[in-house]
Amino acid sequence: MDDGLRLTDLRILRGAAPMLELDLHVPPAAIVSLMGPSGVGKSTLLAAITGQLSADFTLSGDIQLNGRHLRPLPAQLRRVGILYQDHLLFPHLSVGGNLAFGLSPDVPRKLRRDRVEAALHDIGLDGYHDRDPETLSGGQKARVAMMRTLLSNPDLLLLDEPFSRLDKTLRDQMRQLVFAVARDRDLPVLLVTHDAEDAQAAGGPVIQLTQINR
Amino acid sequence: MKRMLSLALALAPLTAWATPDPTDWDAVVAQAEGQTVHWHAWGGSTATNDFISWVGTRLAEDYDVTLTHVKLENTADAVTRVLTEKSAGQDTDGAVDLIWINGANFAAMKDADLLFGPYAEALPNWKFADTDGKTLQHDFTVATEGYESPWAMAQVVFMHDTADLPERLGSMPELLDWARAHPGRFTYPQPPDFLGTTFLKQALVDLSTDPKALSQPVSEESYTEVTAPLWEFLEELTPLLWREGRAYPQSGPRQLQLMNDDEIDLAISFSPGEASTAIANFQLPESVRTFVLDKGTIGNASFVAIPYNSGSKAAAMVVANFLMLPEAQLKAQDPAVLGYGTVLDINALSVHDRAAFRTLDLGVATLSPEDLGVVQAEPHPSWMTRIAEDWVARYGVGN
Amino acid sequence: MRLPPALPLLTVLALLGPVAAGLWGTFSAGFGHFPVAGLNGPSLAPFQTLWAWPGLQTSVRLSLATGILATVVSLAITVLLLAGWTGTRPFRALLRMLSPLLSVPHAAAAFGLLFLIQPSGWLVRAVSPWLSGWDRPPDVLLVQDPLGLALMIGLVVKEVPFLLLISLAALGQIDSTGRMQVATALGYGRIRGWILGVFPALYARIRLPVYVVLAYSMSVVDVAVILGPNTPPSLSVQIVRWMAEPDLVQRTTASAAAILQLGLVVLALLLWRGAEQMIAITARRIAYSGARGQREAGLRVIGLSFGTLSVGAVLAGLAGLLVWSFAARWSFPDVLPDGLSLRNWQRNGPAAWQTLGTTFVIALAATLSGLVLTLGCLETEERHHWRLTEKGLWLLYLPLLIPQTAFLPGMQTLLLQIGVDRTLWAVVLAHMVFVLPYLRLSLEGPYKAWDARQGTIAAAMGASANRIFFRLRLPILLAPVLTAFAVGMAVSVGQYLPTLLVGGGRVQTLTTEAVALAAGGDRRAIGVYGLLQTAAALLPFMMAVILPPLVWRNRKGLQHG
Repeated sequence: MDDGLRLTDLRILRGAAPMLELDLHVPPAAIVSLMGPSGVGKSTLLAAITGQLSADFTLSGDIQLNGRHLRPLPAQLRRVGILYQDHLLFPHLSVGGNLAFGLSPDVPRKLRRDRVEAALHDIGLDGYHDRDPETLSGGQKARVAMMRTLLSNPDLLLLDEPFSRLDKTLRDQMRQLVFAVARDRDLPVLLVTHDAEDAQAAGGPVIQLTQINR
Repeated sequence: MKRMLSLALALAPLTAWATPDPTDWDAVVAQAEGQTVHWHAWGGSTATNDFISWVGTRLAEDYDVTLTHVKLENTADAVTRVLTEKSAGQDTDGAVDLIWINGANFAAMKDADLLFGPYAEALPNWKFADTDGKTLQHDFTVATEGYESPWAMAQVVFMHDTADLPERLGSMPELLDWARAHPGRFTYPQPPDFLGTTFLKQALVDLSTDPKALSQPVSEESYTEVTAPLWEFLEELTPLLWREGRAYPQSGPRQLQLMNDDEIDLAISFSPGEASTAIANFQLPESVRTFVLDKGTIGNASFVAIPYNSGSKAAAMVVANFLMLPEAQLKAQDPAVLGYGTVLDINALSVHDRAAFRTLDLGVATLSPEDLGVVQAEPHPSWMTRIAEDWVARYGVGN
Repeated sequence: MRLPPALPLLTVLALLGPVAAGLWGTFSAGFGHFPVAGLNGPSLAPFQTLWAWPGLQTSVRLSLATGILATVVSLAITVLLLAGWTGTRPFRALLRMLSPLLSVPHAAAAFGLLFLIQPSGWLVRAVSPWLSGWDRPPDVLLVQDPLGLALMIGLVVKEVPFLLLISLAALGQIDSTGRMQVATALGYGRIRGWILGVFPALYARIRLPVYVVLAYSMSVVDVAVILGPNTPPSLSVQIVRWMAEPDLVQRTTASAAAILQLGLVVLALLLWRGAEQMIAITARRIAYSGARGQREAGLRVIGLSFGTLSVGAVLAGLAGLLVWSFAARWSFPDVLPDGLSLRNWQRNGPAAWQTLGTTFVIALAATLSGLVLTLGCLETEERHHWRLTEKGLWLLYLPLLIPQTAFLPGMQTLLLQIGVDRTLWAVVLAHMVFVLPYLRLSLEGPYKAWDARQGTIAAAMGASANRIFFRLRLPILLAPVLTAFAVGMAVSVGQYLPTLLVGGGRVQTLTTEAVALAAGGDRRAIGVYGLLQTAAALLPFMMAVILPPLVWRNRKGLQHG
């Protein structure tokens, strides 16, 4: 019962105005897609789950991840991985450095380099360890960003329109890769998107968010 | 705009800029009309600044002379200024029109021919000057020869807070004894500050067994021997000073604040009336009084001098003359204003002025002329320079 | 009429001409060539005199130590505040104080601090005698201490607001929010995540201002005169003292010391640069280790405490100045004076008021001509599609990086020789050297942020380039131009050394007057001058805040400009 992400009686107010009300369960290895017009609160919901909600919003209800109550936890202790449409690689670190930044600190110093190299191999970037991330193509950046998130061993993967910046072929490839990895690791995935194709490719339930009328 | 104009004028000197003749006083006054005098005077004391600004008001009213007080941190700044101008060939309309000057600075300017004059003894008010009773024609043993005119008398007194130090101290050894019993309660301004150096000179004069040597220029043979008692005294005194001698007030007035904050109980002053003035201005506690040493204390006159390249010599002379006016002297002696001693011979004044001086309330902490006792002569200026340098090397550059 | 391309040239000349000429003067005098004193070099005599000065070692150590330490501490507080508190309520409260704090002249802040922390100051009074048992001030060396700690504190309280403001402007350009989101989602604590993820990019953008803080802290004169030690003083103060000696030959000693000061600053910058690289390597290693730094509440508290303390110290110090300026008798250990009196204002007011006038005239002239040059430059560059390169940026910062004590003495000698020193206009010129960089820095961002399409639209409708500039661009940029104006005024009002040396005593501003009063220690007079000085710097800032919303009260799109 405690597996995956559970949102119970979740309500978000912007100022005093209700913005979003939601009950949701995302079991491990499932991919739930959230769709809806801009401004409906999709990104706000993700921020609420990651713990980075701005002070303009009020949150009530419960967020559980594998049985842990997330709301009392500070953002950095929630183990929630997120991918944005901007890859947000750190330009001052090498490609390998970006991955190591994500890699869990539990991996001892001696093994870290090997783990990073293995991860590079997994995303088809062998030999890229010391490259400047700015020299990568868009698709390569997206893969590094994804791998960085996965290396931190999240219990949940949030996707904030991660494919919208990629061109059509790349988009398909990335989708396949992300969804495969997530299923492989039994990760619950919450996908926020504008693109019906994303939701379709995810193959899971699709939830349409609508504006709450006051 | 005005400055641009004066610059243009400086480039094309007019006949009106001709050097005024002090003996033709009416012409001087006429020429002074409309001129601006930049009086470079030490600006660290609010009381002095007030007095100078009063002088400015009166000059504007009576002579149409504009007086600007250029507040110096150090009188040497103005001397440097004139020296630099001379070296750069700027021989007209220099920055400095009048300097409040003394001792070494005067000697330096006179030596280098940087002064206008002689003019002082041609000033109309010179006739009131007390040339017999006061050292108005010698500045630190250097003859003034009319190149500077006196405007105030100064004599060393010690200010003591009677709440903590009720009895006067009669000599430097007594001061040392008291400091041993009360460490950290005395300090003096950091040499080469004028007043700080004055303290060193006062100590030297008081401790010296050979006062005669001091009236001569320093000689290498005698220097070590003559100053030995002073350094011995300071070796003992320094660790007993405020902050153990690791920091010093940077000027005389800074001591007032220290005394008012009850950080020190004893301070040196070169103006017998300063304590009373400061009490009136809330700068010192009402319990402060002054004393002089048993053997007396050193004293001298304060002067003003006019640089050779001033563009307003006539107006500068008008200022110098005004400073010797009984009215101005009375004002300066008033402890509510400055509390400086007058340079005038009271008996040479009109009945009215004489009465005004006699009835002037000198203030609660000011000694009467009788109590001020013997005025000791200043040592030759070369002593001051040497002692100050030596002091800086011994105590002024680290521990 | 096209804007003359002469403007950028004129700007570079106004900016670097005095610096270059000043350095030339300093170097020739330092190597014994000083014809006005009858010295025809080259010779090493000035350096020999300098080496022979017994205080040299201490004063060099003092300059290096206080400068580097003050910069490290200021930067550390800034980093901890930004890393630990960005976006929080206490942080926003601090931000509101920033601009006013920044405009408080160094000297006024130092005076306030002096009264706060000296043994007879407010802090000791507050606990005496009921808690401390002191009925007299303790005889301890808290200010003007030989280590220069008080001087360092005086610098830190003023540099933290400067670094914060500069950082905030830069943070907008590097997507710090996104970086923090990533770091947080990866499990990094606030401070660790910020330092590893945001700071490297931020530092690359604030490196030059940090160098300015370092160079300034090492060579500051006015704050050092007020809070620094005197046995001996720091090197720059000693330079100014030598400059004031009646013996002209001492000017060459001063010049030699100025060259040494310049060398020290270069040395410190190189050291700093080396440290930067070592820290960058270490930081990358820490980032690679993946340690998350999740327990850092203590660090956050330290950051906020020091930030609040430094803001509080300046404010409390100013309050101290205010009370002293109205104080009647006030003895230790009373926290407040026995009575209040208008007497200090009546005594000092008229003269101070006049000085305020001069201060404003100089500041206005320097800032307005600086604005014309800066806007002219920006517009010309835009029309020629020039960009401010990294090299250009260094040029801009040069006058702020070269210690004032290194080139102002030379500049004074030069002006003297052509006979225009000690005039108001020479002082204005000297002030412009320091005002121009700040004007450019404040306008650079807003000017470039303008949506060029608006110009294209206007041009398509037949508006000339000049018309677009005057009728469109300037009005839209009203708020940033006013802010830049306020910054320029504050910079000018706070200048001490340029006014002192170039003005030659004839030109007095509130700052030179206040610092001259420092020697006398009359807290009441210092209170009056310090407050007026602060007001003169603050007033333009208030104007910059109040005016744009009034002018644009019906234009919502321009209200956050």
